[in-house]
Amino acid sequence: MVNTSPTLEFKSSTFFAPILILYTNDMIAIEQTLYEKINLAPDFFKDSPLMIDLRELNKLNLDLDFAQLAQLLRRVGFFPVGIRGGNEQQNKQARALSLPIDTVRELGNSIIIGETQKQESTQQSLTQPEVAAIKEPKEPVQPAAIPPVSATTILVTQPIRSGQRIYASGDLIILSQVSAGAEIMAEGNIHVYNTLRGRALAGVHGNTAARIFCFDLQAELISIAGDYKTSEDLNKQTYNNPVQIYLQNHALIIKEIA
Amino acid sequence: MARIIVVTSGKGGVGKTTTSAAIAMGLAKRGHKTAVIDFDVGLRNLDLILGCERRVVYDFINVINGEASLNQALIRDKNCNLLYILPASQTRDKDALTHEGVGKVLDELSKDFGYIVCDSPAGIEKGANLALYFADDAFVVTNPEISSVRDSDRMLGILSSKSRRAERNEEPIKEYLLLTRYDADRVKLGEMLSLEDVQEILSLELLGIIPESKSVLSASNAGIPVILDEKSEAGQAYADVVARYLGEKLAHRFIDGKQGFLRRLFGGRK
Repeated sequence: MVNTSPTLEFKSSTFFAPILILYTNDMIAIEQTLYEKINLAPDFFKDSPLMIDLRELNKLNLDLDFAQLAQLLRRVGFFPVGIRGGNEQQNKQARALSLPIDTVRELGNSIIIGETQKQESTQQSLTQPEVAAIKEPKEPVQPAAIPPVSATTILVTQPIRSGQRIYASGDLIILSQVSAGAEIMAEGNIHVYNTLRGRALAGVHGNTAARIFCFDLQAELISIAGDYKTSEDLNKQTYNNPVQIYLQNHALIIKEIA
Repeated sequence: MARIIVVTSGKGGVGKTTTSAAIAMGLAKRGHKTAVIDFDVGLRNLDLILGCERRVVYDFINVINGEASLNQALIRDKNCNLLYILPASQTRDKDALTHEGVGKVLDELSKDFGYIVCDSPAGIEKGANLALYFADDAFVVTNPEISSVRDSDRMLGILSSKSRRAERNEEPIKEYLLLTRYDADRVKLGEMLSLEDVQEILSLELLGIIPESKSVLSASNAGIPVILDEKSEAGQAYADVVARYLGEKLAHRFIDGKQGFLRRLFGGRK
């Protein structure tokens, strides 16, 4: 008998998993802090997949017993699903433990956000659940369960030049100009306290309540939760003015801020 | 330790090589031992502008590949004995440049030289990326037209994210603007972007405006850096640029194209 239904099918999909950035190789401290974090949001972390980011650790030249870490994470209640930013040896160890290796995605010339932020380099933020996509089909984590720490606001003081991309998992605040050809994206709101010439996309994960605020609107494109306008569609009146942009019944409203 | 300067623009034909030759000569003339390196592998030009093309034996790629020593490849300038040129290879392409190779050459030069000027090729590919990677200072050469300004802006983004200083989280590359081929008369007619227009987009520290000048082309053809033509406006403008870079406070000239007393008298246009 010929079986007509397919045995399997491959589909491309993205899902979200917290990333564990380690700043120390002290297993006891890691375990302790993990428990503290889990107690803050037990539902969110329960059986959660976890990506291990070793870049900070390797910057500090700290060694790590990988098997022990994987064991610890499983004991605490996580499912390690991969590592990134590891050196050759760590990648080898990960492979031995059947952990996939993710090459760290860098978006063109994008600034790697958060690494220069002081609050993250402190020892306190041992676990900084940064949200990032991993290529593996799975149901997305319910956004409602995300603890407030994950929605980090990113503050940028240097100019965003043409070709650069910035992505914020929370709000994005920019004090300098955003050049034409640059792209700024945020899951939350975008504030530009200067001239906005590039593309600005707020609420990129569908947050229709997100807003864009800018001091001088000259943008190539503005978008909130997928609804967009290009500079051609922008009203002459609001051009070159301080404005706020928000969604109302699926229409982008651009309103001057007096 | 040498200070490494990259002369870059993104766009081609804006005056990077002219600028590299002029400022390298200017720095050497002021008593700083200076090396200028042509990163435009495959499109060797710097030696022509500096008039040493007939003395090229070994080149940058030979040194990177260990086929020649640095001393064998460096050409001493005939006008100034503190200026040395490291020419590009004409028969190879940018892939011959390696990260380690360039780093090694720059390290070795750093021991002996005060300034190293890296003449970047156009584009944002390997040659340009390597030219800027090790830089301490960047001279961003821009023409007063919109595509050049846009490309410069792109280059500034790369300078702030892809350099060694950015990777090591060190103090960022100091970026300076050089506005070249500036024609004040055309700016007045609205045919060319003004300094303010350019600065509105780039907002950089202005090191100088180099006016459009016939002397640039004739100097290039003669193989003499235009900075040595002290009578020409472009030559004077480059001398100002070098002085400002070295910390002298000089007022900017050539912005509004005010004609000098003599030229007003005779109505001539140089």
